[in-house]
Amino acid sequence: MRRGLACSLVTLMFCAATTSTSAAATLKATLIVPADDPRLERTRVERAYLGHATGPATDGLQVALDEGKFELEAAGSAVTLSVVNAATPDAARAAAQAAEKAGAAVVLTDLGTDATLAVADAVKLPVLNLGDSADRLRQQDCRARLFHLIPSERMRADALAQTLVSRKWSKLLMLVGSSPQDQLRAATAQASIKRYGLQVVATKPYKLSADPRERDLANPLLLTAGVTYDAVWVVDSDGEFARSLPYRIVLPRPVVGDAGLVALAWHAQFERYGAPQVSRRFAKATKRPMTDHDWAAWMGGKALIAIATAEPKGPNAAWAKALASTPVDGSKGGALSFRSWDGQLRQSMLLTDGQGVISQAPIEGLLHPTEVLDTLGADAPEKLCKATR
Amino acid sequence: MNRKLTSRLGVALGLITLCAAASAQGTAYVSSEKDDALTMIDLATLTVKGTVPTCKRGRHIQLTPDHMIMVACTDSNAADVIDPATGKSLRRVPMGDEPEAFDISPDGKTIYVSNEDAAEASFIDATSGKKLQSIKVGQEPEGVKVSADGKTLYVTSEVASLIHVIDVASAKITKNVKVGKRPRRMALTPDGKELWVTNELGASVSIIATATHTVTDTIKLEVKGARAQDITPVGILMTHDGKRAFVALGKANHVAFIDVASRKTTNLVLVGKRAWNVALDKAEAKLFVVNGLSDDVTVVDVAGAKPIKSIPVGRVPYGVAIVE
Repeated sequence: MRRGLACSLVTLMFCAATTSTSAAATLKATLIVPADDPRLERTRVERAYLGHATGPATDGLQVALDEGKFELEAAGSAVTLSVVNAATPDAARAAAQAAEKAGAAVVLTDLGTDATLAVADAVKLPVLNLGDSADRLRQQDCRARLFHLIPSERMRADALAQTLVSRKWSKLLMLVGSSPQDQLRAATAQASIKRYGLQVVATKPYKLSADPRERDLANPLLLTAGVTYDAVWVVDSDGEFARSLPYRIVLPRPVVGDAGLVALAWHAQFERYGAPQVSRRFAKATKRPMTDHDWAAWMGGKALIAIATAEPKGPNAAWAKALASTPVDGSKGGALSFRSWDGQLRQSMLLTDGQGVISQAPIEGLLHPTEVLDTLGADAPEKLCKATR
Repeated sequence: MNRKLTSRLGVALGLITLCAAASAQGTAYVSSEKDDALTMIDLATLTVKGTVPTCKRGRHIQLTPDHMIMVACTDSNAADVIDPATGKSLRRVPMGDEPEAFDISPDGKTIYVSNEDAAEASFIDATSGKKLQSIKVGQEPEGVKVSADGKTLYVTSEVASLIHVIDVASAKITKNVKVGKRPRRMALTPDGKELWVTNELGASVSIIATATHTVTDTIKLEVKGARAQDITPVGILMTHDGKRAFVALGKANHVAFIDVASRKTTNLVLVGKRAWNVALDKAEAKLFVVNGLSDDVTVVDVAGAKPIKSIPVGRVPYGVAIVE
């Protein structure tokens, strides 16, 4: 337990209160991130696989809080952010409890699923999940005070399935990796495929290997021969296999999923709705292009600013309440809000080939009884989250 | 014989005068973000009669007090000043980084511009292009409007959802007024008593009393069959008598006619995709609506509240200014 508590603490101050408004309440937030984050190892970051983080969550948060200064000042409120590293779920739990004791109003996490749950169960505060897209956090393991900024895997799969529907590419060959995460994400993809009436003609496992005895599993030509399909949907959470799959399959067909055409929350080349300004501010501050993970972290900061200005006097309970009801501007074309049934931020998705943004989802013409953004991800009538919010 | 010649000459002269009138007056100039040119629409025939080359990524366009065309070019960090009589650029005025929208002081000497990346409002000397002042404002400043007496400047910040009230003489912000989400453009009533602000993500117009700089009214914009998130108002304009306002509703693909006194929407006119900015001809008989995502301009008959014609223009058209 003591070993688990070993965490470093960094406090970044974004105090926007002027002397005249120094009496105003300060919203204290704590971000808990993994110690020695394996996602941020140099070699992984250099590869910059689509959908993978390429820098710390503090970057996006800092850009958001910097740009919110004026708004906070005008409202007479302030936001401070502390950052804590946690090596284990236990450490994350302890860090969250310490933050609550120290008066934090909101805890933000960029942790794995188990650590995120440990934090959500440890405190009575709203927890903003910035980086984990696992469906179970929105479904069987959802929590009443847990909010999600990054889209779920289901949202990504739905966005892709909708795009395939709009292109009339309905017959799919699925190539699925062997990791547990790949298996989960493949099941999610299957659910989206079913939801949008597409058809899987074959599902095959693949393996990264140069062993001639395993060539049926490793050779893209052999893997994609013998069936006809409109597109190949590859599920590869690691990224290495998918990266070199496009243009190496036996038929002249597109690759989608984790390479080729990929559904993401954000891409630095998005040209609409003031997005270039956001990406430019981020790149200027951090010297790297803004990814979907950075957007989700930035949105975490935007949500803090939104509640701090909506309720300038606080207290913590008022901010917690405001979080569920205050719309946040994500520079994706509309004011975004959290779903009342699972705490997921509803949002449009961008379909990218890595170079630019090819299209958006929800696709044009798609209808929904109340909110077309809810065609992406688990919808209310599915009742997949049983927690009372 | 002589008389015949004279009369013929008279006719010919008359024709020449007519032609001159048609080309020098009666043109709508449309800026577009991806052409580095303005498209000219002939007001009489409602057809494109040509283009005028200009600076890069032309956005906000309006007439100067001496009736020249001024267009702010975001990617050139400058405004282009074009003489409509010749179609030639007279000069480029440096506008600081990434200028988007601007306004001109009543005496024509100062240009006020929003620099969206630097999050600044700048005062520029219109002749020398020298930056006289720059004021830090909220992120993504957009709309810029100066009062008729030239004393007060209003700038919107899209990110902070604020209207910055700036005292021109001291170049200081005197007040920040919270409005709806993502405020974009503004119009002042002719008596100067009200400032109308479009809120792109609020599907609304905030009305600010200029005497107190407080929001006194909010007009909710509605279109039958469209959800609030699909109503994204940007461009706004008022008639000279101040009785009617026109608001382009963005993604809702309509223009709303609003009765200023009652705050009620009287008409909704279907136009092109993402109706962005609007302009009126001098007689206020025709409204020109720039449709950013269908690359065209819809001309609306104001009296009948009906679209007359949509005219293809450049790629990603942004604004329109009319010279008559």
